[in-house]
Amino acid sequence: MLNPSPSRIAAAVERSLARLGRDPSLVLQHLIALQQTFSFVPPAGIDRLVAALGVTRAQILAAIDFYAFLHLAPRGDYDILFSDNITDRMLGNGRLMTQLCQLLGMSPGSTRADGLVSVGLTSCTGMCDQAPAMLVNGLALTRLDDARIRRIAALVDTRVPLPHWPQAFFAVSNNVHRPGLLLSDLEPRDAGLAALRQQGPDAVLAEIERAGLRGRGGAGFTTALKWRFCREAAHPEKVVVCNADEGEPGTFKDRVLLTSYADLVFEGMTLCAGIIGAREGFLYLRGEYRYLLEHLEAVLQRRREQGLLGQGMADTGTDFDIRIHLGAGAYICGEESALIESLEGKRGVTRKRPPFPVTEGYLERPTVVNNVETFLAAARIAEHGGYWFRSEGTDRSAGSKILSVSGDCERPGIYEYPFGTSIARVLGDCGAQRTQAVQVSGAAGATLGVDEFQRVLAFEDLPTAGSFMVFDDSRDLMEMVRNFADFFVHESCGFCTPCRVGGKLLRDLVEKVAARKASRHDLDEMRRIADVMRRASHCGLGHTAPNHVLNTLDKFPQIYASRLASADHTPAFDLDAALAEARALTGRDDVGAHIAADVGC
Amino acid sequence: MAEHSTFRLDGRPIPFAPGQTIMDAALAAGAYIPHLCHHPEFAPHGSCRVCVVCADGREVSACTAPAAKDMEVESQSESIRALRVSILQMLFVEGNHVCPACEKSGACQLQAVAYDCGMLEPHFTHFFPRRAVDASHPDVILDYNRCILCELCVRASRDQDGKRVFAISGRGIGSRLIVDSPTGRLGDSRFAITDKAAHVCPVGAILPRRGGYRVPIGERLYDRAPISRVGDVAANEEA
Repeated sequence: MLNPSPSRIAAAVERSLARLGRDPSLVLQHLIALQQTFSFVPPAGIDRLVAALGVTRAQILAAIDFYAFLHLAPRGDYDILFSDNITDRMLGNGRLMTQLCQLLGMSPGSTRADGLVSVGLTSCTGMCDQAPAMLVNGLALTRLDDARIRRIAALVDTRVPLPHWPQAFFAVSNNVHRPGLLLSDLEPRDAGLAALRQQGPDAVLAEIERAGLRGRGGAGFTTALKWRFCREAAHPEKVVVCNADEGEPGTFKDRVLLTSYADLVFEGMTLCAGIIGAREGFLYLRGEYRYLLEHLEAVLQRRREQGLLGQGMADTGTDFDIRIHLGAGAYICGEESALIESLEGKRGVTRKRPPFPVTEGYLERPTVVNNVETFLAAARIAEHGGYWFRSEGTDRSAGSKILSVSGDCERPGIYEYPFGTSIARVLGDCGAQRTQAVQVSGAAGATLGVDEFQRVLAFEDLPTAGSFMVFDDSRDLMEMVRNFADFFVHESCGFCTPCRVGGKLLRDLVEKVAARKASRHDLDEMRRIADVMRRASHCGLGHTAPNHVLNTLDKFPQIYASRLASADHTPAFDLDAALAEARALTGRDDVGAHIAADVGC
Repeated sequence: MAEHSTFRLDGRPIPFAPGQTIMDAALAAGAYIPHLCHHPEFAPHGSCRVCVVCADGREVSACTAPAAKDMEVESQSESIRALRVSILQMLFVEGNHVCPACEKSGACQLQAVAYDCGMLEPHFTHFFPRRAVDASHPDVILDYNRCILCELCVRASRDQDGKRVFAISGRGIGSRLIVDSPTGRLGDSRFAITDKAAHVCPVGAILPRRGGYRVPIGERLYDRAPISRVGDVAANEEA
């Protein structure tokens, strides 16, 4: 879609302004709308947004440059992005991308000359249980194989509009294999809201406190305490935010909860609003889950019509409503303060703390940010009571945890267990054989070897946001390390020095090892850089980004040792490569224009 | 006057008022903690991480961490010094910092802090990024090669000049300073030499014209005294 006419751009901006509003905080949502309409953000659209919203051109350009799904140059009419988590790679996403590109006569990471199609990679799209997966114009396609790739190439080349593609390509299964405390009882009854009406906010908050519910996003802050802090904050306008930016590689349980149990999630948010006294709520939905938007909007609309949202909602005498804001391809926006920045239309850069969001969050208002699963659990606790929840789990980790299991196992999907369940139990249930390693809680989590499979999932042992990736003994874990190191370079927000620069230094050394050019000195350097990142980074992303390197250096040293070049020190500077420009200028490429690799400098 | 509480910085008692950060209190007491993105006139930022200290066993940035009563803060320990050196080395290899050929040499805060922390070499592999120089403005040169992303110009232009001339664009290692103007060039922006933003750059990224080598190398701010004694570039420029 090259060069849309000025009048079309103007009309699109006006439509978006009319639909969403003119607050400067909505700039990101308008940019997403323009991107979807035109496959890029046209310059004339930027001019109009600058005029309409009172934001600067620089702020808009900065946001487009920050979010992976926004572009200044047109993408193809079919914008294809292969999910590139390690679990996609293990199932051959690279081969499939090459195959597609060959069929389409183009190279990966480019837009075809006729502007019809772009093909590239993107971070984990949350479909690891039905991988390899891709996004086409933002919509998820699953279970890719040779036959599907051939069909997709034909559909693209014959310009079949996306709505006419086989619906089976877009099918997303829930794959719930082990329902537990929460997933075995999911009929929406709004009984939690009934409890709020009958017993009042203090009683419901007391039940959530009694339940010992801790945040399900990974950090595990006590939910009741967070809500209490927010309620007690001075500013009268409180905000409830549901974090549905499920970006941790290997996590997809929120996808399932939003697909089938959105009522419970919204009920949990409404309970929170009733307790803290909020009128404004947001669901921040990762761009990769845009295919759920229509469904979620419909659920919200039905709830408004049922009187469960909006004016005088749930007969509590308060007004509360929920808006959905889309993300645009940025893992860091799963961090609550970066998410808030993104809600305000800015680049998703983490804030300093204090102040914490419960006192100064969205537009400096006291804000509760909780995970999808946390709100769902809160709704059920309000109905069944705190003791019901506490009946499972451990003393410090009450209740159950919903896991997203993927990788080398017979039955990838959703498994819910009481906290305190061992790794071995999960591996047995999902049909994992000859497992050499498990990555718990995503790329930022912990790499576990066989001798740790008796450890348990719990805040006091292995805290987890739910990602559980299995690697059998046929896998080369160096491929996992390379994937994660790349991921963190791509997803660092760039605010602080250790994460921004350290992440790239670390990735470059991982690649040096993988290329068999590293020495033992380089391994020591990796530890030194990782130490700086862990100790001095601004936020959790930087603190945890080097975990996979440190874990594998300690537990799987052979993946490094087997690749070391013999020398104690191998220079990073490649003398022969440095002469490439001179060779190009002189038009020479004979033997004499090269320096042999074994000549040191 | 309310009675001050104190914390200890490398064993020395430092009084502080409620709400003060470790950095504010330390500077007010005449104790130097190395820093780059901090400036007393602007809200704490915490991005460069050079002011990392160990406070009651936790590493935090002194410019953003609130001081607390009886807190034990380590700033001069060998462990913290080594951490700071690594962070500074990261900044040096990320950009193109060629001190001997830089007009700012001797009055550059990055260079002065590196000396103060005992950084002897850049250690890590240089990135050698290709960055342009923007010479479109009549009164300043904008040399992106030296930018360390401290955002002082961003904050000064937004919070004091009310112009929002600068912004940080992109993400991760691709983060970069950009200018708000139709062309993206400084000469086409509302920036003026009289702006606060023209006088807060701790390095040589925003360099006023027609002043080059007016003060000879060897006689510049940090040639005469270490930064721990004379303080920030911006403070001295205004003085």
